[in-house]
Amino acid sequence: MNRKRHCTFLVGILALLIMVISGCGGKKPQPPVTKVPPPQPKPVTATLSANPTSIERGQTTTLSWNTENADDVTLEGNKVDTNGSQSASPNQSTTYRLIAKGPGGTQEATARVTVSAPAATTPTTTTTTPLSDDQIFAQAVQDIYFDYDSAKLTSDSQQKLAQAAQALSQHPNWKVRIEGNCDERGSTEYNLTLGDERANSARQALTQAGVTADRLQTISYGKEKPACTESNEDCWQMNRRDHFVLLH
Amino acid sequence: MLKKMKLFLLILSLSFALTPASAQDKFRTGTNLGATMRMAAADFKASTGDPQTGPLNTVFNQTLWNDLDNSGIFEMVAKSFYPLQTPGSPGEIKLEAWGNPPPNASMVAFGNLGVANGKIEVQGWLFDAKNTASPQVLGKQYKEDATPENARLIAHRFADEIIYRLGGGIPGIAETKIYFISSRTGSKEVFSMDYDGAGQQQLTHLRSIALSPRVSPDNSRVAFSGLITDSQRGPSWQILMYSLDLGRPVNFSHFGGGNFTPAWSSDNTRLAFSSSMPGDPEIYTVGANGGSPKRLTAFRGSDVAPVWNPKTNGQIAWVSGRNGLPQIFVMDADGSNIQQMTSEGYAVSPSWSPNGQFLTFSWIRHYGPGAPGGQDIYIMDVASRQFVQLTHDARVNDFPSWSPDGRHIVFQSNRSGSDQIWMMLADGTHQQQLTREGKNSQPNWSYK
Repeated sequence: MNRKRHCTFLVGILALLIMVISGCGGKKPQPPVTKVPPPQPKPVTATLSANPTSIERGQTTTLSWNTENADDVTLEGNKVDTNGSQSASPNQSTTYRLIAKGPGGTQEATARVTVSAPAATTPTTTTTTPLSDDQIFAQAVQDIYFDYDSAKLTSDSQQKLAQAAQALSQHPNWKVRIEGNCDERGSTEYNLTLGDERANSARQALTQAGVTADRLQTISYGKEKPACTESNEDCWQMNRRDHFVLLH
Repeated sequence: MLKKMKLFLLILSLSFALTPASAQDKFRTGTNLGATMRMAAADFKASTGDPQTGPLNTVFNQTLWNDLDNSGIFEMVAKSFYPLQTPGSPGEIKLEAWGNPPPNASMVAFGNLGVANGKIEVQGWLFDAKNTASPQVLGKQYKEDATPENARLIAHRFADEIIYRLGGGIPGIAETKIYFISSRTGSKEVFSMDYDGAGQQQLTHLRSIALSPRVSPDNSRVAFSGLITDSQRGPSWQILMYSLDLGRPVNFSHFGGGNFTPAWSSDNTRLAFSSSMPGDPEIYTVGANGGSPKRLTAFRGSDVAPVWNPKTNGQIAWVSGRNGLPQIFVMDADGSNIQQMTSEGYAVSPSWSPNGQFLTFSWIRHYGPGAPGGQDIYIMDVASRQFVQLTHDARVNDFPSWSPDGRHIVFQSNRSGSDQIWMMLADGTHQQQLTREGKNSQPNWSYK
């Protein structure tokens, strides 16, 4: 809504700049006269991204990061260059965490890589190795997503949970942790209880489908552990989710 | 701006109307901010030649000036107007030179400071510059080990004596603390600092996530919500306790579900908090030892962030999502008589003023894509529900917490580019940043 006004404002600034530049074109740049006081430590910035953000198991993704004003940068606890990239091929969906420390403070960035099971092999293949529990779990029990400020299950979520309940009944030894998450908007404390409600919504659906409560743990991470750290709707939607973890 | 002032005056005048007996005393009403008094604070005179005297005197003078300036009840007279001669004792002060223009001060604080044998010794006076016959209001003497911390401490004590004497008998806040969450070490931990941002120190070493710190009214413990992992039940949020007396964590009862946002009653006997032990986040109260939990709310939707009315402990304000987006509600401390205080936008993080009259909270009043404004700090008169907006910068301002004198509010803002702790007077003026290292959030002001 403000974009139009913003644009005219920018055009105005540009026009002003052009006038200033053409008006001062003849003058030589003045050398700085006074000494600048010692600078405050500049704030540390850090970004981390994965390309692509979702892969099939066995494929590789590239993690790239950029930091400013940092002198100590770690990726998943390992010291790395301040700017760089490396490839990764996680076996399961992973949130990579970059911590950049410098005189100006500490900054964190995360990137989520979603790993899906490889496309089903054709029936002609003779040497199919049996899938591991983790692989079956990842296939059958998928993250569910929520609308803004809502803990209500969408019809898509209900389908996914029905599928999950079926898989759980086929694997009576499985225990599951349901992790409720929220996007970055809104208040820390309210988001903790909202994440709690989201986890409880899934637990209720699963117990109603016959999964006994003692096989289910719930936890809210509020907006403390985002899968994605950009400020846009795609990313927010990714964070408004219940994530399911198979407990060993 | 004019509208804001009008509303504010309305609330102030309302408070006069409600308390006719104290209508003469501006400092006792509303946010305790009234007419200001012209205060001069002379640099203290060095009384010994010890090499430590100069540096400690500088620390002392800066701290005393800031405390008086921050108090909100004085108009500080700029030092450039002061007489050239620095008075170190009552015999050296020429009162007319302070009481007449250009300083035109009503009050003048002065004294001397010296280090001898590793001790710092301070003599301070407060004189009424308009009362030459009997000018002394206050005379104080302090002696501590000679450290910069003690120079600051003595300045805080002297400032609080002055503020108590001239500010309607309400104790000053110069010796109070602010508790907050910092992620500067890489994980979120509870920190403390002096009210002016000095002396920041880490309390917890959870190496996980600590949130919502709340100091007990007797300053003995800090309750907070922490993410802990139990081998049996996996990770969970529990109310955790850090003992300020012992300098280490102490045990507190664990409950089922997620347990968030503890809040002390001002008589130190009970805690209110949010717990999803029944399957949905509800408000509970529990004894200060963690016993006899009692459920207050029973409605689907988030119920979180309770605070007690510190004047009576008979009411609790909290945040509920029962009608959609979160709003501020108030109920009696037994869960009855529920009233909705806000009914638009997104309202969170209430804090109740020490006199019981106001709530401060964080509000996105116009909510939705493209809506104007940001998330700002407001105060609301509980009886009339009239409100005043205190921040206006269109960024995220959250977690306001009242100072014990009711004149100040500490809060969290990202206006500098990252989440930091800020302080302001309760009328929205004198906003200043207190933290700069790492990200800092969820400030909580001590009760004394």
